[in-house]
Amino acid sequence: MKLRFNNNFKYIIFTTLIFLFIQLLSSFNFLNRYYQGILTIMCINIILVVSLNIIAGFLGQLTLGHAGFMAIGAYFSAYITKLLSNTYFSFPIALFLGSLMAGIFGIAVALITLRLKGDYLAIITLAFAEVVRNILLNLDVVGGASGYVGIVKHTNFAYAYLIMFVVIILTISVIKSKSGRAILAIKEDEIAASASGVDVGNYKILAFVFSAFFAGLAGGLYAHYMGILEPKAFRLDKSVEILVMCVLGGMGNLKGSIIAAIILTLLPELLQGISSYRTLLYAVVLIVMMLAKNHLTLKGGVK
Amino acid sequence: MELSQFIMQFVNGLNVGSIYALIALGYTMVYGIAKLINFAHGDLIMVGSYGVFYFYTVLKLPLWIAIVLAILLCVILGALIEKIAYKPLRKASKISLLITAIGMSYLLQSTFQLIFTANPKVFPNFINLPALKLGDILIGANYYLTFLISIFLLIALNILVKHTKVGRAMRAVSQDAGAAQLMGIDVDKTISITFMIGSGLAAIAGILYCCLYPVVSPYLGAVPGIKAFIAAVLGGIGSIPGAVLGAFILGMVEVMSKAYLSSALSDTIVFSILIIMLIFKPSGILGKNLKEKV
Repeated sequence: MKLRFNNNFKYIIFTTLIFLFIQLLSSFNFLNRYYQGILTIMCINIILVVSLNIIAGFLGQLTLGHAGFMAIGAYFSAYITKLLSNTYFSFPIALFLGSLMAGIFGIAVALITLRLKGDYLAIITLAFAEVVRNILLNLDVVGGASGYVGIVKHTNFAYAYLIMFVVIILTISVIKSKSGRAILAIKEDEIAASASGVDVGNYKILAFVFSAFFAGLAGGLYAHYMGILEPKAFRLDKSVEILVMCVLGGMGNLKGSIIAAIILTLLPELLQGISSYRTLLYAVVLIVMMLAKNHLTLKGGVK
Repeated sequence: MELSQFIMQFVNGLNVGSIYALIALGYTMVYGIAKLINFAHGDLIMVGSYGVFYFYTVLKLPLWIAIVLAILLCVILGALIEKIAYKPLRKASKISLLITAIGMSYLLQSTFQLIFTANPKVFPNFINLPALKLGDILIGANYYLTFLISIFLLIALNILVKHTKVGRAMRAVSQDAGAAQLMGIDVDKTISITFMIGSGLAAIAGILYCCLYPVVSPYLGAVPGIKAFIAAVLGGIGSIPGAVLGAFILGMVEVMSKAYLSSALSDTIVFSILIIMLIFKPSGILGKNLKEKV
C-alpha cells in the first residue's frame, strides 16, 4: 500500500491550495461561521460518500447501514472525549477510538454477512443500523432519546479538511494496491475472482473494515461539530442520503462522488425554499440515475 | 386477571399479525415473481389510507365508494410504478433495482408530503359495530373485523393462486419466466397483475391499520412496511404461506415483547430476529433453499 506520490502529487498541491485559499478567506472574515460550518459538513459528507463507495462502488455490494457505523463512531468518540477531560489530545484519541469501534463492528457485520449478497445484504445492514439506533435510543449513559448533550465542539474546518484529505488518499492507495484490485475483481465476478485465487472472504472483510472505520471517523467529526447527538439523526434516511450522493457521482467513481457530495450539501443551503423538496429531489436522482445508467448499458450492449 | 390480560394481548397479536400478513403477501408475491424487494410497497399502505381520508373526509363520498376508490388508486399506482420504474430495469443488476425501489419509496413519501403537508391527519372512525363479549373480555369491533377480513382475503388469494388461470401463470413465471413465456404466458401482464394484487392488499391493510391507529401521515407506511417485510423474510420470501406464518409470528412477538418485556426494546427484538434468521437460515421458515448458479 505504498502511496503513489507521482500520480497524486498534483492533487496534493491542488487540495493544499484550496485549503490555504479557504483559510485565507476565513482569516479575512470573508467566510463567516455559517459558511465555515457548511464547509465542515461538506468535508464530513465527502468522507461518508468515499467510505460508502468502498463497499457500494468498489466491492459492488449495497449496504443500507452506513448511518449505523457513523452513529457508533459518533457516540463512542463523544463518550471518550467526555471521559478524558484533557482537551489537547483527547479529540484525536477519541476520533481514533470511535473509528476503531466502528471498524470492529464493520468486521462483525462483514463476518455475519459473508455469504449474503444483494437484497439480503442490504436488508441485514439496514436491520443492523436500526438495532444500533434502537439501542442508542435506550442507552441512558449516552442520553437516550433526549440526546447526548454537552459534547465539546472540537471539530473545525481545518480538522475536517485534513482528515478528509487523508481518507481520500488512503482510499485511493488501497484501491490501487493489490487488495484494491482484488476487491474490484470481486465486484466484476465473485466466482471468477475466487477461481483466480482471490480470497473473497478476506477482501470483503477488508472493504467493510475500511468503510466502517472511515464512516466512524466521519461520525466522530460530526459529533464534535454538532455538540449534541440524537439517535434520530442516524435513521435510514441518513444512509439513503449518503447513497444518493454515491449514486449521483457514479458508483465506484471517487471524483464523481466527491463532486456529488459537494453539490448535494450546497444545494439545500443555496436554495432555502427547496428544503421541502429535498427528499423529492433525492428520489428523482435515484430513479433517474438508475434508469439512465441502465439505458446506456443496454445501448452499449447492442454493438 | 392474568389470563384475561394474556388473552387480550393474544387478540392484539392476532390483529397486528393479520395486518402484517396482508402487507407481507405483497412483498412476497412481488419478490417471488419479479425478484425485487419493493421498498415502495410500504408506502402504498400510506396511499391507501390517504385515499380513504381524502375521499371520505374531504370529498364526503359514501364510505364504500371511498374505500373502493382508495383501493383502486393503489392498484393503479402499483401497476404504474412497475411499468415506469421496474420494468425497464428487469435485466439490470440487483443493486440498480434496489436503489430504484428505494427512490420510489422516497418519491411517494415526498409527493404525499407536498400534497397533504407533513402534519398528521385524523383518520375517520367508521366502524360502529358492537364489541364482542367473551366472558369478561371485551374485543373491539375493529379487532375481529380486521381478523375476519384478513382471513377472508388470505383464503381468496390462496384460491386465486392455486386454482385459477392467472394464479397458474403467476406460479409459472415465478418458477421460470423464460420457460413460462415459451409456454405462451404473457409475462409482462402477469407481473403487472401481481403488482396490482399486492398493491390492493396493501391498500386494505393500510385502511385496517388506520382503523387501529387513526392517524394518517406521509411516513405512516415505513414502520408497518418494514415489519411486514421482516415477516416475509422470516417466513421465507417468495412463499405465500410463509409470509402469513411469519406475519403472525412477528405480530405475536412484537405485542408480547411490548407487554411483558420492554416496550422500548420491542423493535430491537424484532430486528434481531431478522438478523439471526438471515444468519442461520436466509431462506426463511418455509422458503426453499436457493442454490447459487454458476
